[in-house]
Amino acid sequence: MIPGFPDAQPIAGLIGGLMIGLAAAIMLLGLGRIAGVSGLAARATGLSSSGAPRGVAVAFIIGLPLGAWIVALLSGGVPATFPAPGLLIVAGLIVGFGTRLGSGCTSGHGVCGLSRLSRRSIMVTALFMGSGFATVALMRLAGAI
Amino acid sequence: MRIMIALLSGALFGAGLTISGMADPMRVRAFLDLFGAWDPTLAFVMGGGMIPMALAWIVQKQVDRPFADHAFTLPDTRAIDGKLALGAILFGIGWGIGGLCPGPAIASLALTPAAVAPFVLAMLGGMAIHRFTIKS
Repeated sequence: MIPGFPDAQPIAGLIGGLMIGLAAAIMLLGLGRIAGVSGLAARATGLSSSGAPRGVAVAFIIGLPLGAWIVALLSGGVPATFPAPGLLIVAGLIVGFGTRLGSGCTSGHGVCGLSRLSRRSIMVTALFMGSGFATVALMRLAGAI
Repeated sequence: MRIMIALLSGALFGAGLTISGMADPMRVRAFLDLFGAWDPTLAFVMGGGMIPMALAWIVQKQVDRPFADHAFTLPDTRAIDGKLALGAILFGIGWGIGGLCPGPAIASLALTPAAVAPFVLAMLGGMAIHRFTIKS
């Protein structure tokens, strides 16, 4: 627990983060590819004509819920609260389009690109973090949260 | 072999996302909520993720090829243009509204399928719009 931040889960966050980084390291050193979820999801669903071999993309994308399911099974449930479906649809459309236009998301640019010190990933990550902070601040100002 | 490695990587990634609390959109949004009850957990997740990857990039420079494939296929790290910047800004807006990015959304299909389905379907719709409107 961090003083002043009663809801923070730094230890769980760090352990989960290390697992994510290890997963990305396996993709890089095993298959020579970036573990970027948006790119692999587009590839797996046929919405991208370039990138990893289709089978690799499909296997990785199936792995995501499989791993989540195993954790839920062992831990007896994972708490989650979602915004209203209307907001989720708007958010999903923008995230899908934006991650393709921006060539990646939190995993490819954030975890893989930042650790590579890629200038492009540092810029993209700074921009999506900044616009995320601004969006939530505006939602608060508008009384939406 | 390659399929099994990809499945293992995906499963470890999904497990990590779930353990770290990132499958809860409200926790992710709380990280982005600087003027509310700010929750720094996501910073620990990203920091934790970068530790093994920083080591992996060092190893990558020392070896000729990945252990289960012929060659490294890595993105160009230089080209920065307006499209990339606009895409990043849009992604951040959607991330703030929904509290979800692609990884946790897809992982959540095993946890809270009904709640996350509208986001995942819309996300694929957004990717399809990109596919059929933007020439790369």
